Formats: sequence, C-alpha cells, structure tokens
Amino acid sequence: MRESFIEFRNVSFRYGEEQPWVLKDVSFVIYPDEWVAIIGHNGSGKSTIAKLINGLLFPQEGEIFVDGVHVNQDSIWDVRKNVGMVFQNPDNQFVGTTVRDDVAFGLENRGIPRQEMIDRINTSLTAVAMNDYFLHEPHRLSGGQKQRVAIASILAISPKVVILDEATAMLDPKGKLEIMRTITEVQDKLDLALVTITHDLNEITLADRVIVMNEGQVWLEATPREVFTKKEELRRIGLDTPFISKLADELISIGLVFNNHPLSHEELLEELWTYHSKM
Amino acid sequence: MNNAFIIGQYVPGESLIHRLDPRTKIMIIFFFVIFVFFANSAASYGLLTAFSIISAIVTRIKLSYIFKGLTPVWFLIVFTFFLHLIVTREGEVLFEVLSFPIYSGAVIQGSEISLRFFLLILVTSLLTLTTSPIEITDAIESLLHPLKRIKFPVHELALMMSISLRFIPTLMQETEKISKAQASRGVDFKTGPIKDRVQAIVPLLVPLFVSAFKRAEELAMAMEARGYQGGEGRTKLRELRIVNRDRYTALLFILIIIGLFLTRS
Ligand SMILES: Nc1ncnc2c1ncn2[C@@H]1O[C@H](COP(=O)(O)OP(=O)(O)OP(=O)(O)O)[C@@H](O)[C@H]1O
Ligand SMILES: [Mg+2]
Repeated sequence: MRESFIEFRNVSFRYGEEQPWVLKDVSFVIYPDEWVAIIGHNGSGKSTIAKLINGLLFPQEGEIFVDGVHVNQDSIWDVRKNVGMVFQNPDNQFVGTTVRDDVAFGLENRGIPRQEMIDRINTSLTAVAMNDYFLHEPHRLSGGQKQRVAIASILAISPKVVILDEATAMLDPKGKLEIMRTITEVQDKLDLALVTITHDLNEITLADRVIVMNEGQVWLEATPREVFTKKEELRRIGLDTPFISKLADELISIGLVFNNHPLSHEELLEELWTYHSKM
Repeated sequence: MNNAFIIGQYVPGESLIHRLDPRTKIMIIFFFVIFVFFANSAASYGLLTAFSIISAIVTRIKLSYIFKGLTPVWFLIVFTFFLHLIVTREGEVLFEVLSFPIYSGAVIQGSEISLRFFLLILVTSLLTLTTSPIEITDAIESLLHPLKRIKFPVHELALMMSISLRFIPTLMQETEKISKAQASRGVDFKTGPIKDRVQAIVPLLVPLFVSAFKRAEELAMAMEARGYQGGEGRTKLRELRIVNRDRYTALLFILIIIGLFLTRS
C-alpha cells in the first residue's frame, strides 16, 4: 500500500448552518507524485475541496490529512507550506507590484533570508520561462503570463502538492496549452503531487487519475480512459462533452465522414478540409 | 503607453537623485518644505531656487517635461500673485492700473509667496519623478517604523499602499472596459446636461465596486493561501540602504540650510 499524501475521510461541509451541504461524505486519497484531475459541473464543490485542503475552510464533519498532518486551526501554517494553490483569476492573486515582488511574497511570508530569496526567485521564474519579465508590472502581462508567474511563486516555496483551481479557465487555447505544458514539465522535474480542478473534459486526458464530482459527492474515481467511456452518463450530470465534439457529432449525423472524432478546434479544422478536398 | 495617469509620474532613470535612498529624499524634502518659510532675502531665495533648479537638472529629466507636469499649478501660482497685487496695501504706490493702485509691498509679497509655492511644488514633484511609488511606500514603512511601539499598524499601512498601487492600473483598465460596455448599451457619458452625465456614472460605479469587492475577497484568500500571516517574522526582498552618496547629499543639504540662515536679512 502506498503512503497517501492527501486524504479526505468522510468529509462533509456547508458554508453555514442554514445552507445546504456542499460536500456530502467525501472520501478519497491522493498519492505523492500523482496527477489527479477533479472534474464536476459548476457548483459541484470542487473549489471547496481545494480550499479545505489548505485550511482556508474547515469541514463540519470528517477529517482531512495532508502529508500525515490533520488539517486544523493549529496546523494550517505548516500545511500551507506544503500546499501551493493557483486560483482561477490571474489578476486577483497577483499581490506584488512587479513580477519579482510577487514571487517574493510567499517567500517573505516564510521569513526566507534575502539572498536565498533572490536565488529561488531566479530559479522558479526560469522554470516557467518568465525570467525576462522580472520588473514587469502585472498590467503589462497577459493572463497566461500572470498565471505563469503565479505558478512560479508557488514553485518558489517548494511545495509538495500543487493545486490548480481552474487556473487556465480564463486563458485562450494557446495560453491554456502553455500553462499545461509548463506544469507537466515542472511536475516531471520536481516529483510533486498535482491536483488540477476543471469542468472541461479536455483537460483531464493527461492526468493519472480522475475524480468526478457530482452534487457534492464523489461520483466516480477512475482513469481518464475509463471516464471517457461514460460520455452519456457524464452528459447527464452536466459534464458536457466539448463544443467541438458536439459540433462534430452533429456534422456526422448529417452525413459528413471523419477519420477521427475531433476533440479540438485544430482537429476539426483538419477533418473539415480533408473532407472538403475529398469531395 | 496609456499609463500617463498612473499616480506620481515616475520617470525611471539612473541619475544620482534616482539612486538616492528614498528616505534621504523624503527627509530632505520634509525639511526643505519647512525651511522655505525661513527665506526672506533675495540671497536666501536665490540659494533655495538654485538648489531646486540644480536638483532638477541633476535628475537628467528634461526640464521642459518637469515644467509641463506643473501646468495645473502654474495657474495657481499666477493666481496667487495677482491676488496679492489686489489685496495687499503696503509700501508705496508704484503705479495705477485703471485707477487701481498697485503697491510695492504687494509686488514683493506676491512674488515671494508665488516663488515659495513654486519651489515647494517643484521639489516635491522631483521626489515623485525620481522615486517609484513602491520605493516611497518602503520609505514610509521604514520611517514610520518607530511608531510600531505605540501599536501603530505600520506594516499593514505599507501593505495597503502597495496593494493599492498594484491595483490602480487594473481598476483603471476595468473602468475603461465597463464604460465601453455601458456605452455600447447606449449610456452616454460625454454629452447632455450635467445631471444626466452624473446619472450615467452610476451604471459605471456599481459594477466597478462589485468587482472591486470580489477582487479584494479573492486576493485575501490568495494571500492567506500563500502563507501571509501579518508582518511578524517576515523578511523583505526590497531593501533600503543608506550609503555614502546619501550621507554626502544630506551633508550638502545641511550646508545649504546653514547658508540660508546666513543670508537671511
Ligand atoms: N462563500 C460561499 N458562501 C456560500 N456558499 C458558497 C460559497 N462559495 C461557494 N458556495 C456554494 O457552494 C457550492 C459549491 O461551490 P464550489 O465553489 O465549491 O463549486 P465549484 O465546483 O468550484 O464550481 P465552479 O465550477 O463554478 O468553480 C455552490 O453551490 C456555491 O453556491
Ligand atoms: Mg470553482
């Protein structure tokens, strides 16, 4: 049996006494250096899970362990040392006035000596290919660049797990691709556990394991391949297959013939023009 | 770049004045503002004016640029001068304009006040021209540090200032976006009676405030997630250091102040 890194034991959570339960009896395990994707419809409780992991919220029932430590009021600062989190909106997590200052923020909080700080800032900005932007202010960066800085500031504190809560949701396809590439590279290099949260089925293909959430409960834990065999059921719990895939289905149903079922814009384009040139 | 409106009008550079520790600059300006009021002779005014103009030249920022930045203030300076001409009735009558007597005392006082005003504005704008807002924030944090003893939240104040600085351009961009969005829905900000235009601001402000609050909440969460727990035990990346050029500059300034008192009448 492998040592678990993050463990949820029968966790239930609601935002207030009168509010409905957002998570209902959720249990799962995430292992070190594993990539787990958490997917679910809007409001299924994904972000809540992320916030519970590093003690931004506490469950009313059940227990959460991170690296063997029970997450509670007394342990949150230790837990947060191991957990790096990137949120959805690139603007609202950029604290510093420049790229360099933003990466420094987490290090300053931990009381890292200045010289070591400078070294770590250099390495982590290099890791995300943002080392040419040291002194740039956030309003001179694109969304994707800001997210890369956010990832760099997480890497600088050398966490054991990185959680991306829809970190690419506000980016264009190119930005998304760049971020995912950066992340996978870094994960390979540093042996981190990686938790990516999304409601886009496109983004789970590379993960080791997928946790599908539905209405606050774990609906399925499986490999991406297994998840994709359940298209119909996924659709029923509000996880729509991507627009392109649907469009392709429609096109096929009116008689177009495709070689592969396209999953991205480019693939569809490719299929369409090959189809057209064969006509 | 459309960042002309960013507060302060910091012009990056490598001049001596740019490289001075921001605390040195702030302290010198602080005392300059006080000592300007001690000048009372042509020589003492000459000394302070020379100090200000030479400082402005040393920044290596184009003088025309600096003076253009003072445009709104020119009006005030000239206005002050004329106000004195009209109101002050000291000394002898120099000449009459349309049977309105202009006194010599009025000319002297008017020029003095206007000159002081001009020097104050020039010197303080040299600070914002050569010091980035974040340096000023750091300097304020450092200068106010002793107030920590009486529980004054120095660190929090500095953090608040730096976060405001960070978000001003973001909120500006957002204002522009919202106003375009509202304009495309037919809200008219630019024409019509004042009352209508003021009313047109409401659909601009409401979404702006809503989003600012949402930003604040998310930012607070992100800061906590990144381990922020207040000023206690924090280290700092940006470092302020008093070096020899600061000491020499301070010494020079002290000499000028001594000169000021020697040339007073
Ligand atoms: N601060 C809050 N106060 C009260 N209710 C909240 C709060 N944040 C979230 N909720 C509710 O909790 C439920 C789960 O929210 P959560 O943010 O975890 O969903 P999510 O799966 O991340 O959704 P999304 O895909 O939209 O990000 C939602 O029904 C939401 O309305
Ligand atoms: Mg969410």
